[in-house]
Amino acid sequence: MSVTAPAIDTMPVRPVRASRFDSTWLLWIAIIAVLLFLVVSPFVYLVITSFQAERTGEFTFSNYATAYGRARYIDALFNSLKLGAASAALAGVFAVPLAWAVARTNMPGRGLTRMLVLATFITPPYTGAVAWILLAGPNAGWLNRFFMMVTGAEAGPFNIYSFTGLAVVIALYSFPYIFIFTTAALELVSSEMEDAANILGAGPWRTMRKVTLPLALPAILGGLIICFLEAIALFGSPAMIAIPARFNVVTTQLFQFFGNPVRVEVAAAYAMPLLGVTVLLVLVQRLIVRRKGFVALTGKGGERRPILLGRWRWVMFGYAMFVAALAVFLPYIFLIHSAFAKAWGRGFLLDNITLANFRFILFEHATAAQSVINSFVYAGISATIAVFLTLGVAYIVARRLIPFGGVLGFLCVAPFVIPGVVLAIGFYAAYAPPPLALYGTALILILAFTTRFLPVGYVNASAAINSLNPEMEEAVRVLGGSRLTALRRVVAPLLKRNMMGAWLLIFIPATRELSAAIFLYGPNTKVASVMIFDMSEEGNFERLAALALVLQVLTLPLLWLGQKALGRDFMLRRTAT
Amino acid sequence: MSKLVLKNVAKRYGAFEAVANFSLELAKGEFVSLLGPSGCGKTTTLRMIAGFMPPTDGSIEMDGKQISSASGVVPPEHRRMSMIFQSYAIWPNMTVGENVGFGLQVRKLPRAEIDRRVDKILDVVQMRNLKGRYPAELSGGQQQRVALARAIVVEPEVLLLDEPLSNLDANLREEMRFEIRRLHDEFKITTVYVTHDQSEAMVTSDRIVVMNKGKIEQIDAPHVLYGRPKSRFVAGFIGRTNFVEGTLQGNEVGFDGFSASAAAVEGATGGGKLLYSLRPQAIALSAQKPGAAGLSFEAEIVDRSYLGEYWDYQVRPLGGSKPLRVSTAPTAVFEVGSRVWLEIAPSAMVRVE
Repeated sequence: MSVTAPAIDTMPVRPVRASRFDSTWLLWIAIIAVLLFLVVSPFVYLVITSFQAERTGEFTFSNYATAYGRARYIDALFNSLKLGAASAALAGVFAVPLAWAVARTNMPGRGLTRMLVLATFITPPYTGAVAWILLAGPNAGWLNRFFMMVTGAEAGPFNIYSFTGLAVVIALYSFPYIFIFTTAALELVSSEMEDAANILGAGPWRTMRKVTLPLALPAILGGLIICFLEAIALFGSPAMIAIPARFNVVTTQLFQFFGNPVRVEVAAAYAMPLLGVTVLLVLVQRLIVRRKGFVALTGKGGERRPILLGRWRWVMFGYAMFVAALAVFLPYIFLIHSAFAKAWGRGFLLDNITLANFRFILFEHATAAQSVINSFVYAGISATIAVFLTLGVAYIVARRLIPFGGVLGFLCVAPFVIPGVVLAIGFYAAYAPPPLALYGTALILILAFTTRFLPVGYVNASAAINSLNPEMEEAVRVLGGSRLTALRRVVAPLLKRNMMGAWLLIFIPATRELSAAIFLYGPNTKVASVMIFDMSEEGNFERLAALALVLQVLTLPLLWLGQKALGRDFMLRRTAT
Repeated sequence: MSKLVLKNVAKRYGAFEAVANFSLELAKGEFVSLLGPSGCGKTTTLRMIAGFMPPTDGSIEMDGKQISSASGVVPPEHRRMSMIFQSYAIWPNMTVGENVGFGLQVRKLPRAEIDRRVDKILDVVQMRNLKGRYPAELSGGQQQRVALARAIVVEPEVLLLDEPLSNLDANLREEMRFEIRRLHDEFKITTVYVTHDQSEAMVTSDRIVVMNKGKIEQIDAPHVLYGRPKSRFVAGFIGRTNFVEGTLQGNEVGFDGFSASAAAVEGATGGGKLLYSLRPQAIALSAQKPGAAGLSFEAEIVDRSYLGEYWDYQVRPLGGSKPLRVSTAPTAVFEVGSRVWLEIAPSAMVRVE
């Protein structure tokens, strides 16, 4: 090999002084400024506002006195807790048997079940609620009509406008969280752990009781807590069902404080228990999952043989299809029916079929089509900001580029404990008043969505970066490339898929976000979820169903893209939640 | 002039001293290994040479110019070095050819020249036919060759290797040791090689730096390290050995079950315990009393294991308490419990600290 002098020989070799204020500090300041704006300031304003008198801004406790001064306000708090507990328990009943059957047994249709859980997961809870109003409305609901037709009774037994109805509907669309946690845990229990119990004399049931279930229990509890939090933070379903049923929960009560005139101070004071319960339970959940859960399961996986259920596997399959019928089949059948119906109550008749609903929402309605566009544009911008911001923070934290980088990481995951409704009140308190006066602008929605989904982005980004061996970048640098070259030529190409996945995991839920949007939208910034909510208040179920279906159909190509890039169950992994 | 000079280099993390007072000079074209157990500071030293971390004290010079000191470092990309990592760090998003050509591309060589050099080096490591493959399609040994080619093709001033063979299986490891030495002989690149495997260091290196707990124990050529270890740590870390304690009694040094003339063994001065290292291979076993002038005494076979390439005997000197390990040719068979004569050249007794 000829030894010609490499071009790099001409480079001067001199020590570069490490100064205290180099560019990394500027970057740190920039990122912390953005995170202060997105995360800290809304939170701080929420707390401050709760102690401020309306107009004057003086310090006062009167907001708390107002917020907790009436029995029905207190009732709403307890209703939320009861609702959370009931929904979580029901969701557990739906999810745990399914998770076990899919992860560990030879039940037929395991792939199909997974797919149907995914279909449930991507159905916005308010869309589910609307479908269940069609199914179990007191008189006209299809299940009641079917019951009356079969039995000849005067009235049907189902009433969606009840506490039970609401709990069932919420449980049906939040059980995938428990499913995800539980399958993830069960898939880490190797058959060898069960074999070890068997060889020591334990039968299949004792093994399940003493080994398998305890190993999965932390995950199940973790999922239950997430479901509980989801239920108490939810706005759409309670607003559609609880309000007609004449009871309130925290979120609907908050919405009423926000009605004309807006009493943001009282709302802020009233939001505190919701925030407190969420923070507390998230901490408990972390503790459970971390202490006993996955640490115990990180040993070598070993092989996993499915448990042979014999004849029982058809019973399990039946149960899976029953749950799927409640969450997917029945709701979608009647949503599709309504969307194509002149009047949904008239049933499945040929002359009842029309495309007018779609024509109306897409071309005739003043804002419906625009609301879908708004949803996608805002979600797209939010997802992009969140992905790049969290990627930057995760990189800085993982490579320890700056001191106290962990603080930035913490700020990125902190919004996880802030329910959407509370976040929106914080954003309102912080940015609605002058000088920014962002209320009703697209920007405030985009920023709120970004903040809401920062944790999803961060969890994904840091997992992706931690999977990259830093030696990959060091190899670039030692061969003469700068850190920037390493980022461009090695890190970026290797993280492309992960980042696309994270983007979709933010984008898809952001297109359906209602809890924050309902507090922050303005006349020109209505998003699809708000549009659907408005239509439900007008009782316009045919057009609503058409709009909800349009939203779902538009999601499908994205889902397909995500599955192609990241594998079939990319939305059902633990990092997705 | 020395190629690379480390002067009193130290790295501290709070109160913990990862590397202390490390001084070393490498001649141009020399191959030096840093050898020691994990946590001894060898990788830290290598990463300071590469410029990935600044020393807390001391300095590093290349070709007479300072490249590292506590007040600043030339970043790795401006050091004209290259490095082979424990994980190989082959970029999975680039083909073999792109991986190997990367450093040349950064140096802005013309396309044709890059191709020519990449092909040439791939020939050297016998990977030319796999130029278009992606790393995921390569075996561990092939990835290792790509890493070697990628590091060498840029003709670095200094080549750094960080435990490059630790992820390979035993057979391949042995093959790659010779490959690394062969490439060194061909390109004469000044090389620093970090390993915890003594045979790797011995096969490849001109000199070995044995490190323990952040400090240099001894710097010497492999055969000197083995034959004349200076400390108990070096004697125990490089190869197997017997440690025997002696005390000076007049003109004799008394050991456990035998003694030697103080004039014949080295360093037999002063009071207190004297520690000696005695290699199992330096002891000869025979059924009859040997006639030669060396040190000899009678002993009993306590235990034995057959390793194929040699016998490993445990032999207790008559009147002694602890057995000595003795390695003999596979043909030298003695039964457990039988009496034998041991013969030792007094010069094989090496005084260690």
